Amino acid sequence: MNSKFNINAYSHIRNDKISLNGDIVFEDETKDFSAFIKSAYKSQGMDYPKFFKMDNLSKLTFIAADLILQSISNSEENIAIILSNKASSLDTDRKYQESISDSNNYFPSPSVFVYTLPNICIGEICIKHQLFSENSFFIFDNFNPHHLWIQTEHLLKTKKANKVLCGWVDFDDSSYDAFLYLVEEHGDLNHTIKDIKQLYLCQ
Amino acid sequence: MPVKELREELKEKIIEQLNLEEFSVSDIDDDAALFGDGLGLDSIDALELIVMLDKDYGIQLTDPKEGKEVFKSITVLADYIAERTNK
Repeated sequence: MNSKFNINAYSHIRNDKISLNGDIVFEDETKDFSAFIKSAYKSQGMDYPKFFKMDNLSKLTFIAADLILQSISNSEENIAIILSNKASSLDTDRKYQESISDSNNYFPSPSVFVYTLPNICIGEICIKHQLFSENSFFIFDNFNPHHLWIQTEHLLKTKKANKVLCGWVDFDDSSYDAFLYLVEEHGDLNHTIKDIKQLYLCQ
Repeated sequence: MPVKELREELKEKIIEQLNLEEFSVSDIDDDAALFGDGLGLDSIDALELIVMLDKDYGIQLTDPKEGKEVFKSITVLADYIAERTNK
């Protein structure tokens, strides 16, 4: 399917590496995700204390999105966000369930509870970058470029957004995988399902 | 437990439970505001502090107005706990 829109930037976080537009910007073979993403945060020179309060899915998404959004001027831009994954917020759901499973030690954590929805990670991006735009979070068995393409094209063609940040952000247990890309009028890569698939697999 | 030690204990607990990774115990003044300009805590942190009071000190805070006063600073919080636990 043809499109008049283009992919202007993309990021990956997987296999101990973080890359922007195919170039590795951070690498750390630390096995533990928490240590890995904390090192990544510091390596990017970020100053955003709320990062440490986020759950793992939000941290993963936040870093992947920030790489792209800080490279563009997004002031007064209408940037929509469409994300997807397989595990939803299951990793945090389990942690929350553990905190309420013992009736004799029943102290549910409010700060864990607030992350028991997958789309909270979109909210974290919107708060940091002051985005007041359209957003959606979809759950699929696998990365679904076709669905993302349709949603993105609709938002851009109907002018509900000038740009769309979209992709896949999955976290479960110790497994993580993030691939985000920015679609807009300008860019070097065509916004086609074939190109999205190739970019997803490229790192 | 002397109130001074209780204050230090509270600082450690707050840093750990509220994930204030960029703070150390020495960064938190006894009389500095916990919310607003002080540590910059938010409403979810307030709820977490209420859970901490119940879990670690057996104190149930049910009146929101009381919470606003109790969480004013480390000094106020420590005095509040000490009065109710005879620490």
